Amino acid sequence: MADAALYADADRRFARKRVIAIAIPAAILAYLVYVFLAFDISGLASRARWDNGAILLSDTWSHKVHVTRDNRAGSVSVAIEGEKKGTYPEGTAPDWVALDGETTVIELGDGHIVRFLPDNALSYEVPGFGLIRARIDGGEVVTNLDPDRLPDWISLSGTRLQITTDAGRVSLTRNRTEAFNYFPGWELFFFTLTSPYHGHTLTDILFGPRIDPERGNIAGAWHDFWNNQMWAHGQVAWAIFETILMAFLGTFGAALISLPLAFVAAKNFTPLGPLRFALRRVFDFLRGVDGLIWTILLSRAFGPGPLTGSLAILLTDTGSFGKMFSEALENVDNKQIEGVASTGARVAHRYRFGVIPQVTPVLLSQVLYFFESNTRSATIIGAITGGGIGLLLTQAMITQKDWEEVTYYIVLVVLMVMAMDSLSGWLRRKLIKGD
Amino acid sequence: MAHPTTHHHDSYFDLVRRKRLYGGVMLVIFVLLLASGFRLADARNAGGFWDGLPKVFDFPADVVRDTAPKLDQLPGHMLHFLPSLIETINIAATATLIGALLAIVLSLLSTRGLARWPRLIGLFRRMMDIMRAVPEIVIALVLIFVLGGGPVPAMIAIAFHTVGALGKLFSEVNENADLKPVEGLASVGSRWGQQMWLGVVPQVLPNWFSYALLRFEINVRASAILGFVGAGGIGYELKNAMSWGQGRFDEAAAIFILLFGSIVLFDQLSSHVRNGLAHKGGH
Repeated sequence: MADAALYADADRRFARKRVIAIAIPAAILAYLVYVFLAFDISGLASRARWDNGAILLSDTWSHKVHVTRDNRAGSVSVAIEGEKKGTYPEGTAPDWVALDGETTVIELGDGHIVRFLPDNALSYEVPGFGLIRARIDGGEVVTNLDPDRLPDWISLSGTRLQITTDAGRVSLTRNRTEAFNYFPGWELFFFTLTSPYHGHTLTDILFGPRIDPERGNIAGAWHDFWNNQMWAHGQVAWAIFETILMAFLGTFGAALISLPLAFVAAKNFTPLGPLRFALRRVFDFLRGVDGLIWTILLSRAFGPGPLTGSLAILLTDTGSFGKMFSEALENVDNKQIEGVASTGARVAHRYRFGVIPQVTPVLLSQVLYFFESNTRSATIIGAITGGGIGLLLTQAMITQKDWEEVTYYIVLVVLMVMAMDSLSGWLRRKLIKGD
Repeated sequence: MAHPTTHHHDSYFDLVRRKRLYGGVMLVIFVLLLASGFRLADARNAGGFWDGLPKVFDFPADVVRDTAPKLDQLPGHMLHFLPSLIETINIAATATLIGALLAIVLSLLSTRGLARWPRLIGLFRRMMDIMRAVPEIVIALVLIFVLGGGPVPAMIAIAFHTVGALGKLFSEVNENADLKPVEGLASVGSRWGQQMWLGVVPQVLPNWFSYALLRFEINVRASAILGFVGAGGIGYELKNAMSWGQGRFDEAAAIFILLFGSIVLFDQLSSHVRNGLAHKGGH
């Protein structure tokens, strides 16, 4: 009989396990289906702008040079990324552009040749397709193309012609004629065109003759690099520093504030129940309000900047640390405190030699762990409150064209967080294990 | 060797003094760094600390003043914003779920003794390091540009980070798993997947679950913040409500209450469940 009951019990348990083994994946699947519908993922494909993605991807590793003719004034300018700061001085151009009076000849490479002709006309030799001619006549685009049989890389309307090939892009409107040529790499990353060091190699600068008679090579090159107008290396470095500063001040400020408070909130150190309860609710409140609301609230009082970000982190983390520290304090071993007390030590000494050595490793490792994670939070908070690398990142994204800068910032942010991760790990090992 | 005790005594106190000196110097440097850091941050801020301090309560006061006369509308506002709150929570839940599932795979692949391809442990670890280092906002903003605003960019961004963060914690849990069941399963010819599923997962599941729950709570906050930069959910509504400006903060008040309430709820819920798991004895 006992055996039968045992078997029945085992069977029941197996049956239950089997149901659970089916039910949990089924529940997860059902939830994912619900989310699929709630997030309208099927409609996402139609809303997505894959062309934006393509621009983004090509922009991250390459740059384009604009050759632009103002169709009213007739002047031609060559500018890297079309930016004022990257414009070649008037009358000069890279060697693939030939400025010759009224005509400009642009070699896009692979036999693609674009000519800006007089009277707002242009011609484009596309190998394997033929010669495309177009001009502006009375505000309208007139071409030799058959509008009914256009290949998909040409878009033509009454006022605009755009040709996109592997070699580059050409567009013609009433106001301007433009050709874009693409090159790999981040142009002007080190020096802008205004710097005499542009185009020189590192060995030239380090060991070659003086390039700018006014300044020494290394000092001058460093100055021009640091103050590079397009990439603003100095500003970026400062922004990274500001982000780390926010995390540092927020984390360690919160740790300093919550340490004494945690003693008050710990059961074994504060016999006063109501006080303990009140403080715990304060911690819960600080944590519950969350960094987002603190950031909004504080930026109204202090304005945008790193201080606001630090204080937002400080307030949220005071809540977290207060809770964690008081829990750690409640778990201390009383024997050490008694041992210290048995030597006749006073309260302060009991805490100093009985409690602090026990909890320091735990608290320190939590604080350092938070420091690393707060570098990431500081990036996000910076984007909202306007400080540090988070601000630069959002600004560069809003323009929707400087994706090479966005890539640069992303790489820097990832490196920064990884560096802080290693630093906090190293400090943890150094301070806690003492090796 | 005349007075060995005195000698040891002296050298001990020397050591203590030196240790105290180092500790003291470190502390002074640390406090100086903190103080100068605050002054620097203060100088770089648009508004100063001491000027702003009296104004800290201005905004909460505005919100209360705008809300008080329309207190009867508050439940209506809260009901109105409930769907976006649910969206925010859904973003966090889906991201945690997907992130945790991927983290399980990656963590098993990068734990010594369990890895399917022991030579690739380093590669998978670096992968997780990089995923962990990418702040959610970076991926969210890029994806918003390509996919348009809405919950999906935020979900992917949070899931990506979650994989790295949970993967590291999971692999620490895995390292403590007993290898005997795995060896037993291997000896009867089971495949790697079976060894993991039947030999490792039952041991570590409670700890994984506990970490995933903690991550979910963090992800709810992250999802609210991402909404503020355009990724849908309650954060987006908050940004809109804030832009109405003074005199119309009653909607913002409703959102504040919802957000605060749900964060506290999940915070308490997750710590309650995790305590329950811990008292049951972990694995």
